[in-house]
Amino acid sequence: MTQSNKKKKWEQILPGGNLDQAGYSKNYHTGDWRNQIPVLDKSKCENCLTCVGFCPEDCILVKEGKISHVDYKYCKGCGICAKECPMKAITMKQQK
Amino acid sequence: MSEQNSQRKIMTGGEAVAEAMRQINPDVVSAYPITPQTPIIETFSQMVADGKVDTEYILTESEHSALSCVVGASAAGARSMTATASQGLAYMWEMLGATSGMRLPVVMAIANRALSSPLNIHCDHSDSMGARDQGWIQIFSENIQEAYENMLLALRLSEHPEVLLPTMVMQDGFSTSHSAEIIEMLEDDAVKKFVGEFKPHKPLLNFSEPMTYGPVALPDTYFEVKRQQIEAMRTAKQKYLEVGSELSKITGNKYPYFEEYKLADAEVALVTSSSTAGTIKEIIDGLRAQGEKVGLLKIKLFRPFPYAEIADALAHIKTVGVLDRSPDFGAAAPFFGDIKISFADSTKPPQLQSYVFGLGGREIQLTEIEKVFADLLAGKVEPKTRYIGLKE
Repeated sequence: MTQSNKKKKWEQILPGGNLDQAGYSKNYHTGDWRNQIPVLDKSKCENCLTCVGFCPEDCILVKEGKISHVDYKYCKGCGICAKECPMKAITMKQQK
Repeated sequence: MSEQNSQRKIMTGGEAVAEAMRQINPDVVSAYPITPQTPIIETFSQMVADGKVDTEYILTESEHSALSCVVGASAAGARSMTATASQGLAYMWEMLGATSGMRLPVVMAIANRALSSPLNIHCDHSDSMGARDQGWIQIFSENIQEAYENMLLALRLSEHPEVLLPTMVMQDGFSTSHSAEIIEMLEDDAVKKFVGEFKPHKPLLNFSEPMTYGPVALPDTYFEVKRQQIEAMRTAKQKYLEVGSELSKITGNKYPYFEEYKLADAEVALVTSSSTAGTIKEIIDGLRAQGEKVGLLKIKLFRPFPYAEIADALAHIKTVGVLDRSPDFGAAAPFFGDIKISFADSTKPPQLQSYVFGLGGREIQLTEIEKVFADLLAGKVEPKTRYIGLKE
């Protein structure tokens, strides 16, 4: 369901919760599911990009060969990046 | 029915439903054969082969696939229908909720049959009762005339823009589906005009206005979707009467929520549905000739259920016997429970007696119905279910 539908009253949505758009998953912020958040310590990170390859949501973004940031809109907080990081540069913290 | 727009014919219930489908001329039909529904799709597939319809007929390897196929076709914007019974309906279970949840106006004909196990091919209503809470409108038919007309009513009701819900049209397996009766069949043009052109609601197959059907809806949105579906079912109750009154104009028949047979001055009444209602009417005529004030309330529209209207219609009755053709596993039998609830707010409800009969096609004898009336006329009721025709 899209972000805009989440605020709508039951009378306002289309029948069946069907959506009048295609490819809506971009607008579905799965980051809402997260209860743990990965935090990157850039001083420990050597930009090996291991976490990028393992992230199932493809939400660790790279710019010019270096880790840019985590797109928290889609990060579900699975913790695979933290587990796989050889430098222990990523820690999972409680989502507030 | 006026003579100008109808013809008297003789055929079975299965053939009558197939004729309704031919006259509707749906875009897509997908089905899988299963006794006692087979005559419906057997007859209809012959019509497809003979070029009598424009329908795309899709043979599948199972009922699960048949309904899946119909769901896809309906979402794409095609007027889509199917038919099944018993295990086939059970096998469709997963897709039943998908159909109603995506608000697809699919019409499905059912020839009621008992569920396994033990294996049985004969009539009872446990198949459609099993599907009772899946968000489908359910209409029971007493005879082939009703089965035929209910198909037409169901189509318009399902497709009503304020309803958009699938409908099951039930007839009794074998007793109706395989029995030849006289039918007043509308002329093709009259049906064509009544059903009109299908205008799908925001179909999937429209590239200029793309749609997503059946998106994920988690705790933050699912509840709203269901609440809206509940409202559609409530609306369907009113629209059933409106569409019925339109159909009346061409058939001359009436489409109330339920039929009242000699109920107005009755002191004892039975409640049931489908073909057994016809047998009960015979008994009522006989008992009336002897001066007994007996009547029948025959359920037609079962979901949505007309609680208040039924309570009104039965309010003056002293003793009511409710005959269910499905088992009461650990709860009140389906009709009985609903009738009981209808009187929940009544200060002076009738005495109610639950009966279960006819499981797995067990015949109900005329003498057994007479015995039911005799017991109820004598005020014999008890809190336990009575099983008619059981060896005990």
